[in-house]
Amino acid sequence: MRPSTETTQRLRVTFAKEEEVKYISHLDLMRLWERALRRANVPLAYSLGYNPRPKISIAFPLAVGVTGQEELIDVTLERPLAPRDFASAVARQLPAGISLSKVEEVYPTLPALQTQVQAAQYLATVEADHTVQEIGARLDALLASERLPRQRRNREYDLRPLVEELWLESRDESQYTLGMRLRAGEGGTGRPDEVLDQLGLTEHVKGITRTRLFFAPLKGQ
Amino acid sequence: MSLDAATLRSILPRVIKPARYTGGEWNSIVKDWEWTPIKVALAYPDVYEVGMSNLALIILYDLLNQQEDVLAERVYTPWMDMEGAMRTGGLPLYSLETGHPLHEFDVVGFTLPYELNYTNVLTMLDLGGVPLLAKERDDSHPLIIGGGTGTYNPEPLADFFDLFAVGEGEEVFLELLDLHRECGRSRREYLARAARIEGVYVPSLYEVTYDDDGTVQEATPTHPDAKPVVVKRIVDALPPAPTKPVVPFVEAIHDRASIEILRGCTQGCRFCQAGMIYRPLRERPLEEILSTADQLLASTGYEELALVSLSSCNYSGIEELVEKLLDRHGPSHTSISLPSLRMDSFSLKLAEMFQGQRKTGLTFAPEAGSERLRRVINKVISHDDILSTAEAAFTSGWQRVKLYFMIGLPTETMEDVEAIAGVVKEVLRIGRQAHGKKAQVNVSVGTFIPKPHTPFQWAPLEEQSSLEEKHHLLRRLIRGRGLKLSWNDPQTSLLEAALSRGDRRLGGVILEAWRRGARFDAWSEALNVQFWWEAFAAQGLDPGFYAHRERSLEETLPWDLFSPGVSKEYLISEYRRSLNEEKTLDCREGPCRTCGILESFPRETQAMRSGGWGCLSEEKTHAR
Repeated sequence: MRPSTETTQRLRVTFAKEEEVKYISHLDLMRLWERALRRANVPLAYSLGYNPRPKISIAFPLAVGVTGQEELIDVTLERPLAPRDFASAVARQLPAGISLSKVEEVYPTLPALQTQVQAAQYLATVEADHTVQEIGARLDALLASERLPRQRRNREYDLRPLVEELWLESRDESQYTLGMRLRAGEGGTGRPDEVLDQLGLTEHVKGITRTRLFFAPLKGQ
Repeated sequence: MSLDAATLRSILPRVIKPARYTGGEWNSIVKDWEWTPIKVALAYPDVYEVGMSNLALIILYDLLNQQEDVLAERVYTPWMDMEGAMRTGGLPLYSLETGHPLHEFDVVGFTLPYELNYTNVLTMLDLGGVPLLAKERDDSHPLIIGGGTGTYNPEPLADFFDLFAVGEGEEVFLELLDLHRECGRSRREYLARAARIEGVYVPSLYEVTYDDDGTVQEATPTHPDAKPVVVKRIVDALPPAPTKPVVPFVEAIHDRASIEILRGCTQGCRFCQAGMIYRPLRERPLEEILSTADQLLASTGYEELALVSLSSCNYSGIEELVEKLLDRHGPSHTSISLPSLRMDSFSLKLAEMFQGQRKTGLTFAPEAGSERLRRVINKVISHDDILSTAEAAFTSGWQRVKLYFMIGLPTETMEDVEAIAGVVKEVLRIGRQAHGKKAQVNVSVGTFIPKPHTPFQWAPLEEQSSLEEKHHLLRRLIRGRGLKLSWNDPQTSLLEAALSRGDRRLGGVILEAWRRGARFDAWSEALNVQFWWEAFAAQGLDPGFYAHRERSLEETLPWDLFSPGVSKEYLISEYRRSLNEEKTLDCREGPCRTCGILESFPRETQAMRSGGWGCLSEEKTHAR
């Protein structure tokens, strides 16, 4: 992607949210970023009005307790900065558990990141000695069902269409890892803990991590 | 972490706001546990978000961690869901920095800002593996020490603490650690020697007797080194303010950078305990505030800077200070806030300086509705002052103003209460001229609670029935568009009043209430006053005896053992002037009323000779 010639600049930052900070909420994470960017003294762009807010947006909220390996945040600067300089200034201001892996410049006119999320991939570590056959049977049963009505916050919804893919990623003696690709965004969002609950595994889950987000393809490319 | 990580991992996903319990915040200081000889836990008896906003602990955390051989770690009260899960899982209360249980520390320092979190102290000790009663602890246990405003009458907590440090903690805490370096964990020797340190009170070295009518007969030292009166500690000048405070992940109640610009207050409001116990007035030099602000904002990234004091407008260079701070930090979208403003001195100019800043709502405290009652409590603001300040605020862009009043003040009549509604309606009318129907006046009505070491320390808490009558009147008068009224629960006020002016016998009541289940009494959703009334009954005590009884000036008060430097004679004279509706001028404007602070601290007075604490200079004569 080519850098823009406009005065403002939009940087897309890929970061990980790891064990140390996995219990902080989405709003906590927003504040964490705002303060880290302010400490880094990068030229943040602000919204106008009586209550100006920095123009930063995180692609998709991560549930409390879930780690993320390739999370995205867009940061708008009021004047351009080389992505490398941005990365080195910001990396030093991030608390343990948040780390940068990539900073790239994107067109400032691209639609907001949050509106483009379509799906998310998760890995869940399960501590149990189920056989491959037992696990396979549970996953098949879930995938074979037409509807999976569930309740969440007193609202009924169907989990089935939210599960795009579900598989056994790996297995050793005492634990195994399940992979799943769940729908995300405006068409409904699948939650990995709900899928695990549907599989009857809630008691055995050791950890969940989001490995990837999937976005709508860019038009005209 | 020396903690059972698997148990914790199974608990955290199931509790509210688990990040309260995981630490790792920016600027937190993690020292090597094995190699640091003196281990101090700084404890705040309320949830994380409240505790993280406490400036005293921010100061002590910074100060103690600067000592090479000392580590200071934080610990807060787990919310009830977490307490339950920890008990079920067998997890002790642990520190946020290294996850060590409370009982493994050498010293646990509690700050005691409020009576209604006393039961949380017990929760923390118990969950931390420390025996609740000081007399049940031995050399293997940490030393439990208390500081903060609660120590001006620590008697209700005397059973649970090994010692209290009365007054400002910056110097005395270091002296207590020096003593620890000398005698380690030898508890008996430590306490006997600590009793000699100025400002230190060791409750086990005193015996208290009571008269037949239930009042205190005498508090007698039982050890030659225990002082007959414990005079508070002060510092001559404000020590450098912390510049690298911990930045919480979870939103704290005061989620911002804070600088103490001023300590003490010279206005002399007669209901105000802070105004009496934090004397003398000491200002931080303007240049120091500016450089501290630069460092503080750079190290935290906060988007708001609060100038903390009991009354910000009393800072002599307030306008210059705000102007310079806005010049330096306004361009980076940092807002400046003055949390405590007085309606008379908040000049139009000051309000206008905030033009273009984020307008989050302003709070003013006229305290009473009528000028007469404001003279009684010595909050001398005229009706016109209130209206012109409100006008300045509204025309500078604020749409919402919060007004704080009290009811149940000495000599208060129904007309005084009605006057509250009158003020509120006029303020709303002014707001409407500027903002139309968007103008909002939020009215908060607290119950006046007589506090130790104030001119009203002898006054009764008003009876519940008449408080309710006053609430009823206000609810009827203050309603409609643009007005919002909130008030305290009278039962809560009764409990606070009883604990505030209690004696040592309340230790049994606190323990009993806690055993019955009292937790987070300052939180309306958690408070169950029934636990308390049952506990009082079980101990054969009456909360009304402590709260509603008017004390005679001759009575020996449980807190006569402690001196904030302000003399009892001064408090009596102010009480009398109050009943005559006589106002007393701010120390910086009027004749010296010899409150006693200069006489109590001759050494520090010498050190501060020039300009002297906001007291009038020597050549001005003492009145009376």
